Amino acid sequence: MTELNMAQALNAALDRALADERVVLLGEDIGQTGGVFRVSDGLLEKHGPDRVIDTPVSEAGIVGAAYGMAVAGLRPIAEMQFMGFSYPAFDQIISHVSRIRNRSRHRFTAPLVIRVPYGAGIGAAEHHSESTEALYAHIPGLKVVVPSTPHDAYGLLLAAVDDPDPVIFLEPIRLYRSARGEVPEEPYTVPIGTAKVEKPGSDVTIIAYGSMMREARAAATELAQSDIDAELLDVRTIIPFDTETVLESVTRTGRAVVVHEAPRTAGFGAEIAAQIYEHAFYSLLAPVERVTGWDTVVPLRRAEQHYVPSVGRVVAAVHRVMET
Amino acid sequence: MTEMLQILDVDGTLVGESPVDDSVTRGLYEAMVTARIFDHKATALQRQGRLATYAPYEGQEAAQIGAVAMLEPGDWLVASYRDGAAMQSRGYPWTQLLLTRTGDERGGRPPAGVNVLPPSITVGAHMVHAVGLAWAESLKGTDAVAMTMFGDGATSEGDFHEAMNFAGVYQTPTIFVCQNNGWAISMPRARQTASETIAQKADGYGMPGELVDGNDVLAMYDAAARAVDRARRGEGPTLIEAVTHRIRGHTTADDDGRYRSPEETARWAERDPLERVRLYLDAAGVWSRKWQEEIESAATAAIEAAVEEAESLEPFTAEEIFDAMYAEVPPPLAIQRRRAAEAGLA
Repeated sequence: MTELNMAQALNAALDRALADERVVLLGEDIGQTGGVFRVSDGLLEKHGPDRVIDTPVSEAGIVGAAYGMAVAGLRPIAEMQFMGFSYPAFDQIISHVSRIRNRSRHRFTAPLVIRVPYGAGIGAAEHHSESTEALYAHIPGLKVVVPSTPHDAYGLLLAAVDDPDPVIFLEPIRLYRSARGEVPEEPYTVPIGTAKVEKPGSDVTIIAYGSMMREARAAATELAQSDIDAELLDVRTIIPFDTETVLESVTRTGRAVVVHEAPRTAGFGAEIAAQIYEHAFYSLLAPVERVTGWDTVVPLRRAEQHYVPSVGRVVAAVHRVMET
Repeated sequence: MTEMLQILDVDGTLVGESPVDDSVTRGLYEAMVTARIFDHKATALQRQGRLATYAPYEGQEAAQIGAVAMLEPGDWLVASYRDGAAMQSRGYPWTQLLLTRTGDERGGRPPAGVNVLPPSITVGAHMVHAVGLAWAESLKGTDAVAMTMFGDGATSEGDFHEAMNFAGVYQTPTIFVCQNNGWAISMPRARQTASETIAQKADGYGMPGELVDGNDVLAMYDAAARAVDRARRGEGPTLIEAVTHRIRGHTTADDDGRYRSPEETARWAERDPLERVRLYLDAAGVWSRKWQEEIESAATAAIEAAVEEAESLEPFTAEEIFDAMYAEVPPPLAIQRRRAAEAGLA
């Protein structure tokens, strides 16, 4: 076991993935500089420019080319520099990457991974703080994965590379350096499609993913001081969603608080709440609460703290469901 | 290689005919000196943690200030995050430019009558906007034009093709100014496009393309003035490639030592856009150390005042982040607005 931060764990996973000769990395500034977050640091030197490809500033080009490579038998890992810069590639993703399997009735497939740093909290410029995972979750044919620990980042990324279908791999910018944890030396995968009960509890289930797991964990710790035993559930895979694990938890606790930093309306929390209402309605002791970003553009640095859900907002929501 | 327009060489010698008299050249020089002081100030503020990140334009002052010099008040400018010198020349205040970088949305609102859009942070989408802005002026029957500024990296985006193609097809009065500063973060120009020049791409869209020494403010002025005139006369768009260099990193968050040599930067520093004008003015007898000190202290005072103004603004309250999403806050959003205010108090 080695203690790594999330950026280092992802770097180790990419390095491991490149042991497979079908794997190539494409993206802006991923080679010579090692990526703007240094996630691919050192990989160009180790694996060479045919495998770690610095591209022109061209997101549609990156994803469209990665799609072609994937159809032809490679396993490309494309990087979008920030989620807010991924939209020029959106047509490639929604019209082609997600559809070729169905369009060709399995004859052609696009097993590629698109890595997307996302989320607010670092006071960056406009377009650098987006959390629009619901856009991708809404596209049939894609898988959408979002780790919150270095361990899961490593294992899910290798699982995404192995996956026969296209995977949008979301990386919480805020956790690249701040999330640290043990990562085994031997390669491993974490299965896509499995949520994880990170901390068992009996009173309420806090359901979160990615960057917001940090606030969710802090809230659970704070709630323990008020004798509220919160179960902490890390979604880890948005699509395909692990309904079973969520329902097992919520039917036991009877209360759920869903947390994400994306805008509230039509955010993925709405889908989670709907699943709970459809399948666990009679187990609920209180309405499901959602703690989310607002239906606004993510504010710039000086007002960002008004937007990203705080530990206090999560705690307050738990108290509300406990009162019922 | 296509010939590159140069009027003032690096030694400050006229190698072509100046498009302006020396009083105008002095004005261009003063604007460049002021812009550089701002650039250094903003970089220093970022180092002190008073700005979020900053994208320095040092070395590109001539390309920006020369390009916009002939624009009229009714004309449009839509530029990128590295184009503060051009934007300020067209009336976008230093204060607002600083606010965009402290992380305050009020930086996006220039004063009434200033036809300069907030800086584009995504790469390239704004090139297409300059087509629409210019086109609207034609449809409205004015003779106003639109200029867009972007880098060599932006020419790789699909938007570049779409903007150039529309402008060519509809003959919109658009001036495309590509500041080829050699680098798109870590990607050198030679690996950005396989074409010999960016200017030659204009051929494929049925418009003139001109290769210009972007560190020569007189050449930039001359090329842009001709392009603006053509557009204003209804003769359509032009692409100008200003060959220049990004002297600093991509932003203050970038470590350019990872991908380029200090020698390269030093070579370009010798082609500094300011120094050659100073040499020219000095030789013409219209520069003095005293005047230099005057313009520097006036610039410093104006910029310090802008810093003070920007930093004196109170940050947005939680409610204020909702207030510019729509003309009027719709009822569901008003509920969120109230909850956000309550969460802030909790």
